[in-house]
Amino acid sequence: MTDDELIWRISGGSGDGIASTSQNFAKALMRSGLNVFTHRHYPSRIRGGHTYTEVRASEDPVNSRGDGYNFLLALGDSFARNPQEEAVYGNEEIKPLSENLDELREGGVIVYDEGLLDASEIPNFEERAEENDWHVYPLDLRGLARDQGREVMRNTAGVGATCAITGMELDHVQDLMRDAMPEKILEPNLEILQIAYDQVREEYDVDAPDVSVPTGEHDEEQLLMSGSDAISYGAIDEGCRFISGYPMTPWTEVFTIMTKNLPKLGGISEQVEDEIAAAALAVGASHAGVKAMSGSSGGGFALMSEPLGLAEMTETPVVLVEAMRAGPSTGMPTKPEQSDLEHVLYTSQGDSQRVVLAPGTVEEAYEQSRLAFRLAYEYQIPSILLYDQKLGGELTNVPKSHFDREPNPTLGKTLSEDALADEPHSADGKFHRFQHDVDDGVSPRSIPGQKGGRFLATGNEHDPTGHISESPDNRVAQIDRRTEKLAAIRDDLDQVDTGSYAGPEEAEYGILTFGSQQGTVEEAVGRLNDAGHSVKSYGVSDMLPFPTEQVAEFIESVDEVLVVEMTASGQFRGLVQKNLGRYGEKLSSLLKYNGNPFEPAEIVDGFEAALVEDDGDASGHQTTFVPAAGD
Amino acid sequence: MSTFSAIGEEREIDRDEYTPGVEPQPTWCPGCGDFSVLKALKQALPEVGRTPEETLLCTGIGCSGKLNSYLDTYGFHTIHGRSLPVARAAKLANPDLEVIAAGGDGDGYGIGGNHFIHTARENHDMAYIVFNNEIFGLTKGQTSPTSPKGHKSKTQPSGSAKEPIKPLSMSLNAGASYVARTAAVNPNQAKEIITEAIEHDGFAHVDFLTQCPTWNKDARQYVPYIDVNESDDYNFDKTDRVEAAEMMRETEESLYEGEVLTGRFYVDEDRPSYGEEKRAIGEMPEEPLAERYWDDDYEWERSHDMFLDKHA
Repeated sequence: MTDDELIWRISGGSGDGIASTSQNFAKALMRSGLNVFTHRHYPSRIRGGHTYTEVRASEDPVNSRGDGYNFLLALGDSFARNPQEEAVYGNEEIKPLSENLDELREGGVIVYDEGLLDASEIPNFEERAEENDWHVYPLDLRGLARDQGREVMRNTAGVGATCAITGMELDHVQDLMRDAMPEKILEPNLEILQIAYDQVREEYDVDAPDVSVPTGEHDEEQLLMSGSDAISYGAIDEGCRFISGYPMTPWTEVFTIMTKNLPKLGGISEQVEDEIAAAALAVGASHAGVKAMSGSSGGGFALMSEPLGLAEMTETPVVLVEAMRAGPSTGMPTKPEQSDLEHVLYTSQGDSQRVVLAPGTVEEAYEQSRLAFRLAYEYQIPSILLYDQKLGGELTNVPKSHFDREPNPTLGKTLSEDALADEPHSADGKFHRFQHDVDDGVSPRSIPGQKGGRFLATGNEHDPTGHISESPDNRVAQIDRRTEKLAAIRDDLDQVDTGSYAGPEEAEYGILTFGSQQGTVEEAVGRLNDAGHSVKSYGVSDMLPFPTEQVAEFIESVDEVLVVEMTASGQFRGLVQKNLGRYGEKLSSLLKYNGNPFEPAEIVDGFEAALVEDDGDASGHQTTFVPAAGD
Repeated sequence: MSTFSAIGEEREIDRDEYTPGVEPQPTWCPGCGDFSVLKALKQALPEVGRTPEETLLCTGIGCSGKLNSYLDTYGFHTIHGRSLPVARAAKLANPDLEVIAAGGDGDGYGIGGNHFIHTARENHDMAYIVFNNEIFGLTKGQTSPTSPKGHKSKTQPSGSAKEPIKPLSMSLNAGASYVARTAAVNPNQAKEIITEAIEHDGFAHVDFLTQCPTWNKDARQYVPYIDVNESDDYNFDKTDRVEAAEMMRETEESLYEGEVLTGRFYVDEDRPSYGEEKRAIGEMPEEPLAERYWDDDYEWERSHDMFLDKHA
């Protein structure tokens, strides 16, 4: 596969336009018929600092970043052109070039901006290039852009050079520029693109490209979309018209996408004073009869644990999204990790219940965003959609038809005014909002303003009419009923195909994972089987209620299981063992928690080290992935 | 729309309608000032013409939070300090509801202080009644944000070193468009002020001085009150922020020492409520959002038709 793919890394400083340039380039590749996947790496700062984005393109489907990359476009840093260079980079030199070399594959291409970067300052650069058979193209991208009027357009010059070297036609890039750029800057950008392209083709022999762009064809229209986009559109299609939040990376992406779109749909978005308020607003809006969501990332979600419990006790439907980043505390704001799993499963006091779903891909993010709403409103319970910075920010192509679904604005078991007057809802003339005796634990609700539906919602334990009660019998009946919902939700989820399986049905080994690592694991499974191993994988998506039966079946069907997750303490493995109560001896862990997601090769290596080299004696051990330098 | 037919219903409303049929008797202590708030609300709501079923009462935690159990409206007894964010969203979701929030001085000015400032700042259309008895009651008598400096309690055994919060000045400065103070021992004024607060289009903050006969016997809630709007000694323009601020300073300084001033301190009828502001900039629908979910004819938008082309 590696020969048939382009993994293009654009590197520079935050504020250099790395994100927008790579997004456009990815889209151009998608439009040319390829499957694409982007991986973002950026520091927690607005300008400067080392950042890169990888765009992986292949004729085959890609659901993961690759192993290393084969084309580097090294731009300068935003500050490199002003006297603050020293202050920003300290004594480290020219990062956009030096920092990225470790993962560049043999035979790869380097295009760097010689107007800003000096390769001679990098120790052993020429030797390394020779050793690795790198093809180096020093181009004065800055000068080229400056000649056309604006230095910042050196990104465009870099894209033009990329196209020339890889043999890619300019038309898709040009089309995208026409769509995306205002008139004023469009013309000079188109000029720069063409000049860079022509110049490279004239100066270098690029007819037999060192790294070529593969070709492919889509049989239907594709969209370039991130997990944050998919979650937002899922919410909208499920009738969510209210969102409240407080900014925090990486949850802010969903918040801003929703905020941008809701007013167009007659919906409401509220940026409020803190996350306690944010979640409480979502509860209030839902109580008043609107489909509502809120969300945050680890530290902000910690503040939501109070309103989360309130939603559970008052049986107010609400969806909270939790975009994980590395913790504890503020941790690493722009780096992915999966270590908030236990936090969202167990936060809030008492025997509090909620649904937790963890999508594994962009497509699943859309489906499970819808599912989170459906379950929340049908079962009157808080749902949490758990994902991470990686899934939220990475872009990949998804067929447009995937989103061609009917909207579902229904509020779940909500009574009309006519129904409110009937038995058993109003047994003694008072509406029994929290009846003990109902199917699947869900007692139909009324909405404030409805005639005959008056009730009290309270975070205290309460009787069927909602009045505070400490009666032992009532307490047991109420808590049993609320708990009963989870069994009903489990049955419901069993009808929905949430998990993702890969590899042969009959296999010697299994890999279990959850959330954003699913695509990477599946790619690794393909390679392991190609290499002669017998491996299958199961990406679990429903964290709570847990698919105990399915996971047990999977574990029973293999000799040993590797549990892959981005935590230091093996939280997902702990969840598996907690729910299964046995099989511990069959499980080994592969953990990574340095701020970067797994690459497929790391899972291949980890698998071989943990299961194969141990010769079948995993004994429940834990392998912590030791990252290569530069990771 | 018949879905919310309790809303806007015009009829004579008996105050007993707000009394729960089979309810526990209030568990407030005999002589508690909270009874006066309940009574004032029961008098005010029929006067305003709002039925129990179009009224949503959101409370916090503590003795004040029990108000929900004794006033039979749609209710949401929330969590410590969080009545305001819940109430705000309910009002945005369905502006036709009469939303009232209530809490105590610990609940509203302490743990919920941040929400108080921001709800006032945004001028949400609701009445907010704070039962101010200068003490934590239900947790058995700890110092509260409005307890006077030097107040001794089990949590401040040497006497509080903190200046009390000045809630009227706080809400004025934050942006509330109606700020008043009334007292349990002034039932007629209490009823009038609560009525006005409910009718006011914007955030109406009522600091309601209530006595705690169990835990705060020393407090000065039993002194006679002076109504600043009736007394010739206090001529000021309650629509003028500067004069209002001056009167508030006076009452907040004298609360613990001299005469206690009550009444309407600031009334701004011109400032649009938050909902109106949001509608004006196109960030809130004209019709209540909650109604849409019951409208069978509404064509729900799909992301597929509206937003996906930009990803192609």
